[in-house]
Amino acid sequence: MIDFGYTLNPSSRINLDNFDRNKFEKLSKSEPDVLLCIGCGSCTASCTAGKYTDTSLRKAILSILDCNEKAAVDFAASCLLCGKCTLVCPRSINTRNLLLSITKIYGKKQ
Amino acid sequence: MKHANKNIVIIGGGPCGMEAAYRLKNEGMNVILVEKGPSLGGHLACWDRLFPESIKADDLLDILKNNISDVNCFLNTEIIKMNLRNDAYDIELSNGITVLARAVLFATGFDIFPAEKKEEYGYGIYNKVITNKDLEQYFKTGKDERIPANPKNIGFIHCVGSRDEKIGNRQCSKVCCATAVKQACEIKERFPDANVYSFYMDLRMFGRHYEDLYYKAQHECGVRFIRGRVSEISENKEGKLIVKAEDTLMGKPIKITMDLVVLMAGMKNSEAGIKTAGQLAVLRDDDGFFNSEDSFYNLEKSAYRGIFFAGTCLGPKTIPETINEARSAVLSIKEYVESFAND
Ligand SMILES: Cc1cc2nc3c(=O)[nH]c(=O)nc-3n(C[C@H](O)[C@H](O)[C@H](O)COP(=O)(O)OP(=O)(O)OC[C@H]3O[C@@H](n4cnc5c(N)ncnc54)[C@H](O)[C@@H]3O)c2cc1C
Ligand code: SF4
Ligand code: SF4
Ligand code: SF4
Repeated sequence: MIDFGYTLNPSSRINLDNFDRNKFEKLSKSEPDVLLCIGCGSCTASCTAGKYTDTSLRKAILSILDCNEKAAVDFAASCLLCGKCTLVCPRSINTRNLLLSITKIYGKKQ
Repeated sequence: MKHANKNIVIIGGGPCGMEAAYRLKNEGMNVILVEKGPSLGGHLACWDRLFPESIKADDLLDILKNNISDVNCFLNTEIIKMNLRNDAYDIELSNGITVLARAVLFATGFDIFPAEKKEEYGYGIYNKVITNKDLEQYFKTGKDERIPANPKNIGFIHCVGSRDEKIGNRQCSKVCCATAVKQACEIKERFPDANVYSFYMDLRMFGRHYEDLYYKAQHECGVRFIRGRVSEISENKEGKLIVKAEDTLMGKPIKITMDLVVLMAGMKNSEAGIKTAGQLAVLRDDDGFFNSEDSFYNLEKSAYRGIFFAGTCLGPKTIPETINEARSAVLSIKEYVESFAND
């Protein structure tokens, strides 16, 4: 076929029917407070790594809920585990445990 | 000395009218409660459990009813005519009785926004779309053909008929966020295997203990809150619902198949109340609710002598707020009636 230079983009719409509840239950067992995130963004605002990289705990949590596990792992990948976000999180989430659990459960090698 | 006129007509037998009737009776007034429907209770009689503590609506209803067992209540009755005559209102009721009332309290309450007007959500078209009111009815009776035996995905849609200029209601209905969160917990208790979603724009958990309810919905019930207004609902071949919205926190459109969708229909001023008030040309605000003399210090007073308001005919509010407003109106009515004794 002649290449006219057009491409079809895959849909960027999230299909929540694909949500992996079992995997998420594993995560919420390891860190039950993940359920409490209110998406306030304090973690990202205070993140040591976030100034230089795409680190965001808020987006990591939301990516999991939006069935984008790869993005979730990416948002957690550059975390230094410094714990600043634990200090600011208004829901007192054990953020470091959550970040580690996300990598463990959703990372490539489980 | 002329016999003092202590006749007070209360229009509407919901929580507001019932509480006002009880307190006015205790103040020695001669109360006539006029309710257009076949029973007392207003919307309270439609609810199963009340937020935030989940107390039984019927328990509160019983208290309010018992308080006024000796008050003159006319059910299935409406106001036919109301005219001001010598500092009193000459009122003709549909049951043939006429009253010369010193004061009139509008406790005419609210109407639920007719959800079918928001056509893109398919209420009345798709079988699996119900309203908050329908769900309360189901909780009360355990019966609703539309609710499947084993729903997998259940969605709550906030702000239906509220915060929406397109359907003519700009205001927030105030009670539906708390209702949605309460009902999300309750449905999760009934169907523990279901995934429960709530589509909100802002979560207005303003009252005492409401934030705890939100916390419970997240932590104990695992309700997923998605910030974004649902744009449309459609039905697929299997009769399931396809819901579309944006997760505005991630900036991505989402789509999900639902087995049941519950619409948080909002509050508007009662049509019947508006009709009765129309006889006096009572003024209403942009939002359709009645206008107080002022909104800080004289909330329960109207622009007319002897005409008072309380409860949800003055705007969306909770039952405790309604009851407090009823009591405050009673105080003002009493002062008003007593001002004639010194004439
Ligand atoms: C879905 C939903 C759930 C809710 N849940 C809760 C809750 O859990 N906790 C809480 O605190 N609040 C709750 N509320 C709010 C609560 O229902 C109201 O605060 C309360 O019902 C207001 O009482 P009211 O007497 O002002 O009005 P209504 O309850 O509307 O009563 C008005 C009465 O007046 C009668 N009437 C109207 N016009 C006339 C007329 N012209 N002549 C004669 N009679 C007339 C009506 O028939 C009705 O009986 C909820 C509201 C909604 C929409
Ligand atoms: S622990 Fe990780 S995510 Fe939290 S502030 Fe430190 S670097 Fe950022
Ligand atoms: S600070 Fe806590 S509540 Fe706020 S977005 Fe981060 S994890 Fe969520
Ligand atoms: S209370 Fe909540 S659901 Fe109801 S109109 Fe206001 S924001 Fe919307």
